[in-house]
Amino acid sequence: MTFDYKPVQRDLAEAGYIADDALAMALCLMVGLRRPLLLEGEAGVGKTDVAKALAAALETRLIRLQCYEGLDANATIYEWNYQRQLLAIRAHERDAMPSDAIERHIFSEDYLLRRPLLEAISQPQSPVLLIDEIDRADEEFEAYLLEILSDFQITIPELGTIAARSIPHVILTSNGTRTLSDALRRRCLYSYVDFPDETKELAILHARLPNIDRQLARQIVRFVQMLRREELEKKPGIAETLDWASSLIGLDVRSIHGDSAAVQASLICLLKTQADLKSMPREVTARLIGKVA
Amino acid sequence: MPSGAASRMTGFMAHLRHNGFAVGPGETELVLSTLAANEFPDVSAARLGLKTMLSGDRVQWSRFDELFDTYWFKRGMRLAERATAKDSFRSHRPRPELWDEVLPPEEGSASSSRIERGPGEAEGPDGTSGSGKLIASTQDALMRIDLRSLVSPEDVAEAERIAERLARAMRYRLSRRRMPARRGDTIDLRRTIRRNLSRGGEPIELRRKHRPERPVRLVVLLDVSGSMKVYSRYFLSFVRGLVGQWLQAEAFLFHTRLVRVTDVLRERDASRTMGGLSLMTEGFGGGTRIAASLKHFNDRYAKEALNSRSVVIVMSDGYDTDPTEALTIELQRLKRRARRLVWLNPLLGWQDYAPVARAMAAALDYIDCFATAHSLASLAALEDELVRL
Repeated sequence: MTFDYKPVQRDLAEAGYIADDALAMALCLMVGLRRPLLLEGEAGVGKTDVAKALAAALETRLIRLQCYEGLDANATIYEWNYQRQLLAIRAHERDAMPSDAIERHIFSEDYLLRRPLLEAISQPQSPVLLIDEIDRADEEFEAYLLEILSDFQITIPELGTIAARSIPHVILTSNGTRTLSDALRRRCLYSYVDFPDETKELAILHARLPNIDRQLARQIVRFVQMLRREELEKKPGIAETLDWASSLIGLDVRSIHGDSAAVQASLICLLKTQADLKSMPREVTARLIGKVA
Repeated sequence: MPSGAASRMTGFMAHLRHNGFAVGPGETELVLSTLAANEFPDVSAARLGLKTMLSGDRVQWSRFDELFDTYWFKRGMRLAERATAKDSFRSHRPRPELWDEVLPPEEGSASSSRIERGPGEAEGPDGTSGSGKLIASTQDALMRIDLRSLVSPEDVAEAERIAERLARAMRYRLSRRRMPARRGDTIDLRRTIRRNLSRGGEPIELRRKHRPERPVRLVVLLDVSGSMKVYSRYFLSFVRGLVGQWLQAEAFLFHTRLVRVTDVLRERDASRTMGGLSLMTEGFGGGTRIAASLKHFNDRYAKEALNSRSVVIVMSDGYDTDPTEALTIELQRLKRRARRLVWLNPLLGWQDYAPVARAMAAALDYIDCFATAHSLASLAALEDELVRL
């Protein structure tokens, strides 16, 4: 097998995602070696979107598990439908069904609620399993996840062990709000997703907004790139750039040198905290725009 | 794969390990088997592949290319590439000229006479100005002070005992997740049904669950600058007690820069701790840059160290050489991430003290608990205060 990432890059581009070499290589290895991939990076650099694009490129399902504090095994693997079970017990009692038959009946697949992890291993074709913001879940869940990621089988006491029909392509993302365990890091391939450089961001802008004026697109990207170098609390991500571009198009701005009031007003698309907005008064914006050729 | 290449690759793994990568036999095997069974179109693809397989976090990710080139292409000095956790040891910043008039010349600045002050003299001028105003110096004390001489065994024992009491006093916070419990507040349907199968599913024996208590996370920032000198010895053993007690605690020392000391403090042997500390805190007993230190903390550590269950304890007298606005901004950032902010100020123990230090006055808006801590006894008195947090 040849690990050539260029075709992967092309497939992703067709799905509307511009990946740099490192990320394309990481995805290539992830699919080739069947290992989970841990993606880290600032919010808004497109970690979640890469999973969507990959699912589209591989023509498979995307199963997403959003992590949050207090997430536990029941919410991620399976749960019995208790209300339905109770009703079934009542209903069958009247038919004088023997109790062991009832038991077999109510603990069958009909009463099983599949949660993302069980869903992911019971697909006929390998899906892309996106475990989003793993750093928000607690340590206990992380340990549990490790077990599933290594065995790809789940034991349900009432049904027995369910082995994976296909091994999913697992992508984990993290924003670094908590240090992840070394065990998890070692089990995974790793890639750090940085803010895109000017060329890449321009390509993204053209891919997402095909009708945008070339000149304006270049100005927007140049401005955002400079803005990221300012001391901001929350640096604008790619989604913010796209929002800003759409809003400028909507405001009928042809060039950011033109309507300074409209540009200043539309900065709320890029700067998402009050402190950041305050730190970019009209004069600073004008100075940055002045540097944009 | 030819055996020569395999041994070169093993050498590369050793090279990475030297530089702080957590790669073991498992990773070596992964790399060798991958390289044996697959092809990479060119060197840069192979490098990206290895980078993805072998790095584990952002720091390693950003250093990998350099290390790869050094090993395979002999670029750069190998020794210079060694992992150096040196960012906390940056060379001394030149002193602003402004201070030349009021401070002794740079070389002899840390003369012991200026530092070895008794508790009684502490409220006097900082050896710097005749106007009777307290001034924090911007200077690193160049002489390294051996912390061992500062701490007597009785003090250590006492401070650690108090820390232990406080640790217990601080409230636990409720978790969001529910766990099975004999006397829980809600019924655990899953276990109830399972339990009552033999009764045809009639829920006779109820299982319950509750929300368990989770420990708060503790972050201590201790000022070890010259003006805090006389108190540092108590505080340090106090902090050591807290960190040793508490699984989720982090400790930092700061003067003109900030150093993480959690791991050193966890060392069992007290004298080795102190030895390690005095190595790490070169410049201990010098000036204070609170805002800059807090900024370093906010930028580098806050995201990992703080969560919604965090209590931050700052121990400092608030004499800062940075501009007040800077401190306000950093405290605001800190407050946004932490649940509670406690400021322990030894000066508060003095009679008629009002927070006159500019920094302190600005800080008050963001502090949940502002308390005195000028002796071990006053630390012990904190218990009630902290219980209420």
